[in-house]
Amino acid sequence: MSTLRALVAAIMLLVASAAFAFGPPVSADNVVAQAQSQGPKQEQQNEFTPIEQLPPQEQLPAARLLIAAYVFVLAALFLYVVSVSRRVGVVRREVQRLEADLKRTGRA
Amino acid sequence: MPKWYIPVAIVCGLMFVASPLLIANAPYEATMGLVQKIFYYHMPSAIMFLVAAVVCGIASARYLFAGAPHQDRVAWAAAELAVLFGIITLVTGPLWARKAWGVWWQWDVRLTSSLMGWMVAVAYLLVRQYGGAGSDKLAAGLALFGMANVPFIYISVNYWRTIHPATSVVPTLPVSMGFPLWFCLTAFVLLFVLLLKLRIYLEEERARLDSLYLSIEE
Repeated sequence: MSTLRALVAAIMLLVASAAFAFGPPVSADNVVAQAQSQGPKQEQQNEFTPIEQLPPQEQLPAARLLIAAYVFVLAALFLYVVSVSRRVGVVRREVQRLEADLKRTGRA
Repeated sequence: MPKWYIPVAIVCGLMFVASPLLIANAPYEATMGLVQKIFYYHMPSAIMFLVAAVVCGIASARYLFAGAPHQDRVAWAAAELAVLFGIITLVTGPLWARKAWGVWWQWDVRLTSSLMGWMVAVAYLLVRQYGGAGSDKLAAGLALFGMANVPFIYISVNYWRTIHPATSVVPTLPVSMGFPLWFCLTAFVLLFVLLLKLRIYLEEERARLDSLYLSIEE
């Protein structure tokens, strides 16, 4: 059951990170129209263009990808620590209960 | 838990708190810009993924050939960490690649072999969880395959044509980028040791619980 819960949490985390990284949806029609309006730019394909000199429509939001990556890492580590701590707590309580039972019945 | 556990946990926590400051102050890489800063957590998590697979493999081999139950617990703990650090690597990598390469995923040798290694670790956990009697030996065999994949993952970028950077990049980093990287790697190593110890402790408590149930039934 705890494995299932951890799996669901991991999937939710993945989806949330992906949604954040993708940002608002861009329709295919808009992309095609934009590409057609620009026309062929052969000289751009043959030359190196520093990333900061790219036109705005060709730039991806780096900060969004960076934040999504760090949020995912820290959230995954945090969830794992919580998950292991909870499992340790459950097992320890069960051990203490059984040891008390054994002591009560004089079999310890 | 041993006496060193809490002090090391505090040091590790402080390092994770300090790491964003170091990463923010590191210079921008010339061609990739801001998104390259994913590297400071991506590379250490990838290294820990490989280390976890090796620990799992060695412990499994010792369990298979020497029959030591403690080694089986170490292997199970390490397999879980391989899945954890593997998923971190496989999620942060594409987030970086989307900006740097223009694609989320490329079926090149480094990425594909890493995915395979992660799937072996997931298979190990599934076999242990749902395999029933004898699954410990079957899973140990799987872990050996996982470990055999590790050198292939590491050296693949040096031998095949791939868009993933080669292993020679890290030693050539300037100090301003190298220091945050080694700082983060140290934090991840400490975290790995702490999590491995905690996870082994969980397995030992489970073994204790099983022996208590057996003594009640007798």
